[in-house]
Amino acid sequence: MTTSTATTTSIVQFDFDRPLWRRILATREFAIIGLLILVIVVASFAVDGFAQPLTYNYLLLDVAPILFIALPMTLVMTTGEIDLSVGSMAGLASVTTGAMVQAGAPFEIAAACALVVGVVGGAFNGYLVTVVGLPSLAVTIGTLALFRGIAVGVLGTTAVTEFPEFWTALAKAKLAGTSIPWVVVPFVVLLVIFVVLYHFTPFGRGIFAVGLSADAAKFSGVDVKRTKFIVFVLAGAVAALAGIFYTLRYGSARGDNATGLELQVIAAVVLGGVSVFGGRGKIHGVIAAVLLIGALSSALRLSGVTSDIINIITGGLLIISVVGASLFAWAKKRRSAVSPARAAASSAS
Amino acid sequence: MSTTAVTAPNAGRLKTFLSGGRMRELGILLALILVIVAATAKNSSFVFSGDGWRDLLLTPAPLLLVTIGQAFVIITRNVDISVGSIVGLTAYMTGWLFATFPGIPIAIVVVTAVLFGALLGLVNGALVAFAKVPAMVITLGTLYAFRGINVLWTGSNRINPSDLPKPFLRFGTAQFLTIPLLTIVAIVVLLIAAWYLKNMRSGRELYAIGSDPEAANLYGLKTTRRVLTAFIVSGTLSGLAGVFYAARYGTIDSQAATGWEFNAIGAAVIGGVAIVGGVGTVWGAAIGAILLITINRALPILGIADFWQQAVVGVLIIGAIVLDRVLARRQKRRLIEARDDS
Repeated sequence: MTTSTATTTSIVQFDFDRPLWRRILATREFAIIGLLILVIVVASFAVDGFAQPLTYNYLLLDVAPILFIALPMTLVMTTGEIDLSVGSMAGLASVTTGAMVQAGAPFEIAAACALVVGVVGGAFNGYLVTVVGLPSLAVTIGTLALFRGIAVGVLGTTAVTEFPEFWTALAKAKLAGTSIPWVVVPFVVLLVIFVVLYHFTPFGRGIFAVGLSADAAKFSGVDVKRTKFIVFVLAGAVAALAGIFYTLRYGSARGDNATGLELQVIAAVVLGGVSVFGGRGKIHGVIAAVLLIGALSSALRLSGVTSDIINIITGGLLIISVVGASLFAWAKKRRSAVSPARAAASSAS
Repeated sequence: MSTTAVTAPNAGRLKTFLSGGRMRELGILLALILVIVAATAKNSSFVFSGDGWRDLLLTPAPLLLVTIGQAFVIITRNVDISVGSIVGLTAYMTGWLFATFPGIPIAIVVVTAVLFGALLGLVNGALVAFAKVPAMVITLGTLYAFRGINVLWTGSNRINPSDLPKPFLRFGTAQFLTIPLLTIVAIVVLLIAAWYLKNMRSGRELYAIGSDPEAANLYGLKTTRRVLTAFIVSGTLSGLAGVFYAARYGTIDSQAATGWEFNAIGAAVIGGVAIVGGVGTVWGAAIGAILLITINRALPILGIADFWQQAVVGVLIIGAIVLDRVLARRQKRRLIEARDDS
């Protein structure tokens, strides 16, 4: 413990040797944002039809569910846990909404019930992880199957498509006079809430502390179990919200809605600089990473390259970003003229 | 721990053995037998008919192989979520080789596909072991990358049974003494894997690494090489499973075996392989895989719409890890009692 504290201090001191702009430029989040801008600029010039309002509209609509869920996923992964059940939860929320509307309930009530299902599902994950003390990877693989299984079980292969015109239109509506989809408004509200919660509250500092060292956090007065429980509930609730949006956007509630969404979300969150070990992450990096993948796939589709290549790019970016970071750290360690003792301390951490 | 085991009286040792050791595999085997008996009671052709008997043994074979590989990786406290993509890619490669080079010997195709699987496993292992990046992230990346290569290569093509040579398809359903050949191969692999993990020094080292990677490193174990090996085993067995997939189904598109990663991890967990590493056997993992597939086939017979199959799998996974937790707590208490008694 003492060695790692000493190392952290030495790295911080090392960083302060450099000017502020270099420290900001050298962050991973900036690299992702830079890459996003580069992709947008290059695509605007090189790809026919990319610099069209409609392109941005579709881009935002397509990535909206991922953007939503990426917010709580960032919190979950910063505590060092993971939630693989979010895609299934989105599907379950979609089915809940659909099944209730089919049974005659008003859409608003159905959506509220779907949100409750999300909170309950998230609390179930949180209970198993914090109170029972099970590893979240195993728990959420279980609930990935369970939530999806209930969703598929309830609706079978049928789909519910009768939703109020008002709501389905709203999901695709644009803000007056622009091509920005209306869904951006609730997203920005959520974004502000999560940024404040994550970066500017004691609870948020607790999330980082738990991810860095659960023991140290506990001794500093952070309620580790409560913190983890809350982030799982948030993940369930926002996943349900994304599921409701998904239902409205495609006007269809099906058991297999949002299948595989969890991996897209996690890929974006990791690409955005959140450490899977926990304790490190920035929301702007994650948002930039989601938009980067979205912009790349949209540019590729428009330029006639088969959109299937986006899988390779997502995977490749993910691997290069993590391997590159560890190569960079390795090179820096070799280059820096620290004393052997300090080098030993840093390699031990 | 080891001193306790040595000094404890024989009866206590047996108790510990039963509560924490083989009991786990026996429990899951019992559940499997229960499912088979229940399904057979409802419809005797589930076991007592040519097709029923064959499907019972044959259908789990590909997932069985993938799960054995997954168990190797999980035991070292890593995880390989790219296995579904590896199965899909090698299955397509098998079909593509037959379709592109008519008359190519089957043995060459099988060896090529398995080696290709090993190569993909090597890519995973090298990135994890040398770049010191968590396996979860690397294999999530390769899950996308391998599937992407597959989609790019396949396009909207599809391999149909008519593209495959008749002897190869016969191999997919052939039986020896009523036991399907693919199942025999899978069981031989299982026996070798179980023997290796139990008796070979390097096999035991996988457990040591999974129990405490840093201690294993300090002790001088070749952690990098062992973890690399585990990923290569996972890739190789997924490659073999890809060949099985091609032989069994004959129809392969670019989405073949999508989502198998969660089935394989789930099967291993159901079988008692702890996701935090260092605990579990390939026997348990294998029975877990068979149980997962068999439940899938038994549910409609038991009168439950097969839409609910995934929900049952979810309950099984959660039930299994909760059970493991309870057993581990009980064993800990017993060990403490045994220590206090002596």
